[in-house]
Amino acid sequence: MKLKVFVVALVVAMISSCGSDGKKEEKSTTPKQEQKEVVEVDPMKDKGIGPITSITLAEIDEAMAEEGKAVFTSKCSACHKMSKRFVGPALAGVTERRTPEWIMNMILNPEEMVEKNPIAKQLLAEYLSPMANQSLTEKEARLILEYFRTVKAE
Amino acid sequence: MKTILKSLLTIAVLSVVFSSCGNGGSKKGSQGALSGSAAEKVYVAPGEHDEFYAFVSGGFSGQLAVYGLPSGRLFKVIPVFSVDAEKAYGFNEETKPMLNTSHGFIPWDDSHHPDISQTAGELDGRWVFINGNNTPRIAKIDLTTFETTEIIEIPNSAGNHSSSFVTENTEYVVAGTRFSVPYPQRDMPINEYKGNFKGALTFISVDPEDGGMDIKFQIMMPGFNYDLSHPGRGKSHGWFFFTTYNTEEANSLLEVNASQNDKDFIAAINWKKIEEYVNNGGGTKAPTNYAHNVYDEHTHTATSTMKDEILIVNPSDVPGAIYFLPTPKSPHGCDVDPTGEYIIGNGKLAAELTAHSFTKMLAAIEGEKFDGEAYGIPILKYEEILAGAVKQPGLGPLHTEFDGEGNAYTTFFISSEVVKWKLGTWEVVDRKPTYYSVGHLMIPGGNSRKPYGKYVLAMNKITKDRYLPTGPEVTQSAQLYDITGEKMELLLDFPTIGEPHYAAGIPAELIKERSKKIYKLEENKHKFVTKSEAEGKVVRNGNEVHIYMTMIRSHFSPDNIEGVQVGDKVYFHVTNLEQDYDVPHGISMIGANTSELLIMPGQTETFVWEPKQVGVWPFYCTDFCSALHQEMQGYVRVSPKGSDVPITYTLDGDAIGAE
Repeated sequence: MKLKVFVVALVVAMISSCGSDGKKEEKSTTPKQEQKEVVEVDPMKDKGIGPITSITLAEIDEAMAEEGKAVFTSKCSACHKMSKRFVGPALAGVTERRTPEWIMNMILNPEEMVEKNPIAKQLLAEYLSPMANQSLTEKEARLILEYFRTVKAE
Repeated sequence: MKTILKSLLTIAVLSVVFSSCGNGGSKKGSQGALSGSAAEKVYVAPGEHDEFYAFVSGGFSGQLAVYGLPSGRLFKVIPVFSVDAEKAYGFNEETKPMLNTSHGFIPWDDSHHPDISQTAGELDGRWVFINGNNTPRIAKIDLTTFETTEIIEIPNSAGNHSSSFVTENTEYVVAGTRFSVPYPQRDMPINEYKGNFKGALTFISVDPEDGGMDIKFQIMMPGFNYDLSHPGRGKSHGWFFFTTYNTEEANSLLEVNASQNDKDFIAAINWKKIEEYVNNGGGTKAPTNYAHNVYDEHTHTATSTMKDEILIVNPSDVPGAIYFLPTPKSPHGCDVDPTGEYIIGNGKLAAELTAHSFTKMLAAIEGEKFDGEAYGIPILKYEEILAGAVKQPGLGPLHTEFDGEGNAYTTFFISSEVVKWKLGTWEVVDRKPTYYSVGHLMIPGGNSRKPYGKYVLAMNKITKDRYLPTGPEVTQSAQLYDITGEKMELLLDFPTIGEPHYAAGIPAELIKERSKKIYKLEENKHKFVTKSEAEGKVVRNGNEVHIYMTMIRSHFSPDNIEGVQVGDKVYFHVTNLEQDYDVPHGISMIGANTSELLIMPGQTETFVWEPKQVGVWPFYCTDFCSALHQEMQGYVRVSPKGSDVPITYTLDGDAIGAE
């Protein structure tokens, strides 16, 4: 039951999220209009803000995913469960809802993401606890991404 | 209107200036303190960093305070010899062993003389050493964590005052006794002091890699009072100099009976010669009992080890290693200039300030220019070793520091002033009042080969009317002077914790880049670490209950615990899972007979709670950690002794570790 409520909430959040990241050209031409207009961001195109600009995914690497699960358990599981909303959102199937770059940037650069990225801002508004920076390396974030790819939404 | 206001303000300020002289009856007035540019010179804009760290001893607080200079802002009080509830030092299970001694757990001491480690005679910013005066101990503070990581007790010593100064490459940190005591300690009449009491000078080796301390040898000197010391440097590297007083060997009413002799001594110790003697099998192994306490950064836990043997060196066994330099009138500070040539004896009852020459000292030794001996130790002829004297410099000289430009700065306790004078010509260049009764002074690196001669910090014993009154007990203070010009300029005074004795200053850039931000979870080797929420658990072992708990913004896990009983001894082993800078969490439990814990990211700490009443009792986070800090809490259910309520532990209604 809880899970369903969450999914609905998330969809609402996506539809109503506004902002300008990744749309700088538009911003410079129609700055004022954009502030008021509700712009729909396609989360599967939004790469977020941070060190990761482009990731090319190959077939799932099970060994990497296994390592990623260990890092996730150690550094992230205090706030995220895969199957249910906890302190932060449930993460099963997250790679079907977000770009790989967005996920890694959210892990590596959470302070700036919750401050500037429209989707992350919306999530903060809903969950209230800001995503913690666990000082992971890019490699560790990449391993976690691989683990996420193995856990599909139910 | 504005102009009128401005004029009024100016008049007001001026009248303050004109009417503010005369406090303390100083004939020199308080010029300088209110000059226009002083405020600018100490102003560090919000968000900007200070240029220097100053580590200021806390005296009878037992701690070490970290200030920024020139602003005088207090950053941290590092607990060293006294328990500190704020940081759980001496309260949590991990740090209790740090305060263990041969007399048991001692929760307090009197911290005096911080000294920063050196390499090639220059500050290297790795560690600060500081002495505990009362129950003799030397502590080491790691300057990557700003935490006390080692304390070694000094046996056969009492009033550990001529400590804790380091040699040029931190080969040794020394600990000299102020009060001589019977050696070995025994039941004997006090008035048989003379000849029976001994003064131990202890040389503690410092491991160049990890800073580990170990007592290398202890020199059993005659029963004088060994007051202060400093190492030789440059040409005098290999020697150590200790002031003495009470060469009369009085055991009562010392203020009269220890002030009889016209001259006391500076003891010059050729420690390299003694080291060689010891390395070749010299010295006598003697039974003893002292504690050596080491905090391990990876287990976050201190261990205390009792040592039972010490290597004693008798001066007569190493001829040519120890000499006495006659020095007028109970010298206090013993300071060596940056070149290593001049050894300054601050004779606190003398009319002059005495400077000995190291070169002349060596020549006098070579030419056997002796003036008798004391307990077999040759006394060098005063006039043969004297480099010069500063005439009528002030009243009650205590300590001298150097700016590296050929100038020395000496504090005068009785006349409450800092006096600047020239090495070699011995002429007084400038004098400025202090408010009041100054003890030590500090120039960053001012007792090394490379002083950073921009500021001098004077530390005062008495402040009387300088601050808003706070009842009979008022603060002590430090005062900052600009010494870049010919004349000194008083810039700032600020209150200190406890009584500031010595201080050690260092350019910030030598330390700040290496300052640790977090403890890495994967490097945490605490015996009771919980590395992820999934590993949390509660384990009963007889009447001991061990809670393996984690914390992260903003909840504990587990946060509902049942099955604890009255009479249990409940250990909270709490790991902070955060891996971000400056996100500590605290925890405190109602009725726990101890302090809170304040746990840094990646760290594990433990407190013990012995519940005495049945009920459901809350615990909570004591450090405002996030917007949901007020939600960071939990409950423990305490049942009567013998109850059949099983141990359970949950978070959000689920067993710990659900995916």
